[in-house]
Amino acid sequence: MNRSTVMGFVKKYTMVLALIVLVIFFTVRTDGSMLLPQNINNLIAQNAYVYILATGMLLCILTGGNIDLSVGSLVCLVGSIGGTMMVTKHMGAAAAIPVMLLAGILVGVWQGFWIAYRRIPPFIVTLAGMLAFRGISNVVLDGLTLAPMPDNYLNLFNGYIVDFMKGDKINMSCMVIGVVAVVAMFLVSLNSRRSKAKKGYSTGSLAGQLVKLIVIGAAIIFFAWKLANYKGIPYILVWLAVIIAVYAYITSRTTVGRHFYAIGGNEKAAKLSGINTNRVYFLAYANMGFLAAVAAMVTIARLNSANPTAGTNYEMDAIGSCFVGGASAYGGSGTVPGVVIGATLMGVINLGMSIMGVDANWQKVVKGLVLLAAVIFDVESKKLAK
Amino acid sequence: MEDIILEMKNITKTFPGVKALDDVNIKVRRGEIHALVGENGAGKSTLMNVLSGIYPFGSYTGDIIYNGETCKFSNIKDSEAKGIVIIHQELALVPEMTIGENMYLGVERGKPYAIDWNETYGEADKYLKKVGLSESSHVQIKDIGVGKQQLVEIAKALAKDAKLLILDEPTSSLNEEDSRALLDLLKVLQSQGMTSIIISHKLNEISYVADQITIVRDGQTIETLDKAVDNISEERIIKGMVGREITDRFPKRSGVKIGDVSLEVKDWTVYHQTYSDRKVVDHANLYVRKGEVVGISGLMGAGRTELAMSVFGKSYGKHISGELFIDGKKVNLHNEQDAIDHKLMYVTEDRKGDGLILENPIRVNTTLANMKGISNHGVLDLDKEKQVSEEYVEKLNTKTPTIEQNVGNLSGGNQQKVLLAKSMFADPEILILDEPTRGIDVGAKYEIYTIINDLVSEGKSVIMISSEMPEVLGMSDRIYVMSEGRIAGELSREEATSEKIMEYILKEVKHDDKTLNEVKDD
Repeated sequence: MNRSTVMGFVKKYTMVLALIVLVIFFTVRTDGSMLLPQNINNLIAQNAYVYILATGMLLCILTGGNIDLSVGSLVCLVGSIGGTMMVTKHMGAAAAIPVMLLAGILVGVWQGFWIAYRRIPPFIVTLAGMLAFRGISNVVLDGLTLAPMPDNYLNLFNGYIVDFMKGDKINMSCMVIGVVAVVAMFLVSLNSRRSKAKKGYSTGSLAGQLVKLIVIGAAIIFFAWKLANYKGIPYILVWLAVIIAVYAYITSRTTVGRHFYAIGGNEKAAKLSGINTNRVYFLAYANMGFLAAVAAMVTIARLNSANPTAGTNYEMDAIGSCFVGGASAYGGSGTVPGVVIGATLMGVINLGMSIMGVDANWQKVVKGLVLLAAVIFDVESKKLAK
Repeated sequence: MEDIILEMKNITKTFPGVKALDDVNIKVRRGEIHALVGENGAGKSTLMNVLSGIYPFGSYTGDIIYNGETCKFSNIKDSEAKGIVIIHQELALVPEMTIGENMYLGVERGKPYAIDWNETYGEADKYLKKVGLSESSHVQIKDIGVGKQQLVEIAKALAKDAKLLILDEPTSSLNEEDSRALLDLLKVLQSQGMTSIIISHKLNEISYVADQITIVRDGQTIETLDKAVDNISEERIIKGMVGREITDRFPKRSGVKIGDVSLEVKDWTVYHQTYSDRKVVDHANLYVRKGEVVGISGLMGAGRTELAMSVFGKSYGKHISGELFIDGKKVNLHNEQDAIDHKLMYVTEDRKGDGLILENPIRVNTTLANMKGISNHGVLDLDKEKQVSEEYVEKLNTKTPTIEQNVGNLSGGNQQKVLLAKSMFADPEILILDEPTRGIDVGAKYEIYTIINDLVSEGKSVIMISSEMPEVLGMSDRIYVMSEGRIAGELSREEATSEKIMEYILKEVKHDDKTLNEVKDD
């Protein structure tokens, strides 16, 4: 390997490498408790909302660095609706969930309309939403905390996949699912490589691809092993996997996904190419409303309550994860896997510092600096490329 | 003994992987207009950036000797202090500020905490008069035309006490009339002792204005021609630029059968997008047949782009009225996608601003206007996308290492080819090409003309909007002349000459003055 390929590798996988370095750092500083099965499990459960919101935020950011400031308040609003239905009115989860999702979508449609079809700047529309939705939630909750949530509702998000194989010391089915996932990944990617070769397209080096697969595979097995040593696969991980997979597919493999990148890259060119730019903006914000509702359901389950301060600063976590994960502040570039890495990185910093007992205020300082550093790195490396 | 104001000796400048300038030598005499010509990427702009300190001393090798002293500029302020002022191709003016504010931007009059506005505007007006502008310096930049903006740039340079003026493609966005005015201004300034270096692609302008011409090719100075002793005909300059003689600047088109009318516009009227009481297209009528290239000539601001874009799914303008027929059927195109579905495509004049996603690869740009063509039910077939873009790279002879190259890294000519590829993959029957060869070099122009010929020989219709008279005359089967939003005249290939086109433009302008007076009388 010569110097330029090493540089290229480092640049492409900067955040992955940073993540690995951070995990090692915190593991050493916490005498290994960072990697205790329970902490791995917490990493997912605590940050579930970030993954969900950041995925939606990415679509907004792709359209040109536009953000949605209202998601934190919207999480609170949708949560308060769900709390009122399930706690105060004693309605079932089956009735509350559709209403919560619908509420989120309606709010998304409302904001999307003004942004896309009336061209009110997204910053203004969502700032207004941030204030208004927080206010409405307080009115709905009358300033009170509603708890507890029904058990069947909690189980949807906080429960674990039952160990149908009845493992002795560890959760066998968790391990089996992990192994199956790795094998499937190998088969799919080698198969696509073969079909590429058959059609005569360049395939890149086999060794490079294998190394990548082995690293990802090892990470999955490691993850599965840790979870198997705790309570197995949490349901929330399944929800996250589904959401991330769906959005990763939409952004990379569908025409609609390509439209988001095109508009962020050059809106005028996209329009003259026949892309309905208004519709894309609308979709970005309507979808953000939907995912905010999903995040709200996860949040009230995790807190086992709906309260007036829930969701505070959630928008900042989501925006930060996108930029740390390599989304461009000007729009047009960024990927769902990148955002997942970004959110995980922020989550690891949070968790690691909490275990180390770092003061919460200093944690904020560190997270702020990490965000700044990530964007500086992104901008500077683009300049170097030119 | 020649009075040399500037000598650049053995200048070599390398970028990572590329030698942009390779031992360049140039001598400029005091008080002359010195032209620098060469194909795109030949190194002209790089040379001027070295001279003006944008590439600081140390980043290149060689010497700059100005007024007999060796200069080591570390930034643009250093070179401006010596009276070397560069005016870039892209105008550096703030639209929302007044002319006066723009002229003294960064060198504000008065004190940092108390700007002397009287001095600012007073001085600005003085220089505006020198460049022949009658506007007050209180007028905002956005309210004057691009031709006048260019003059403001020159006034700004004069205000900096310029001794050596460098103009990088000063007329690239000007129409013929404004271009001529600018060149004449350069001659007036010359008579007052100004030395100018002008970079341009427009060879007729060079022959008109330049005393000496230095030809740059592949980062080297090939030769310097002197108007007094050498033959400086356009053919002679082209030979030096490309290293061979181009006997025919327009490829022959023969045996193309011209068929039925494919697109017809009747009584088309469009109002300005933002100032919706201003009429920009006025009852225009035109048509194009299958297999035909129709040229639209006219001055900048004549309403040609506005006409084309409003026809293309109402992508420009307000209160659009009139009738549009495609293949004899009346259609109403609601948006761009609608137009593309009706096999109509508009190829923008501004490939960087409105045409391409510069930070995306060729592959993505090629398929942008027809993602249906590479997808099933909204799911992209990435293998097919690769195949399509590789086909077009080959077909249009786009010079690039791979289809994964970002379009922003390509030269202007190759970017134009990607833009054409995008439009062609949308599978149109009627193409409106807006300034298809703007800012690209002679060799690439020839290739674009060949592509146009291929398109019409397949039975497609091409409407070509162009401000370059030779191009319109050389390529069109028929020519419409637009002026002040109207179709001022129509000429067949046989009867068209540049004089006739000019005549139509001028006639219409006079006619318009009269109607204006009539309106006032009412």
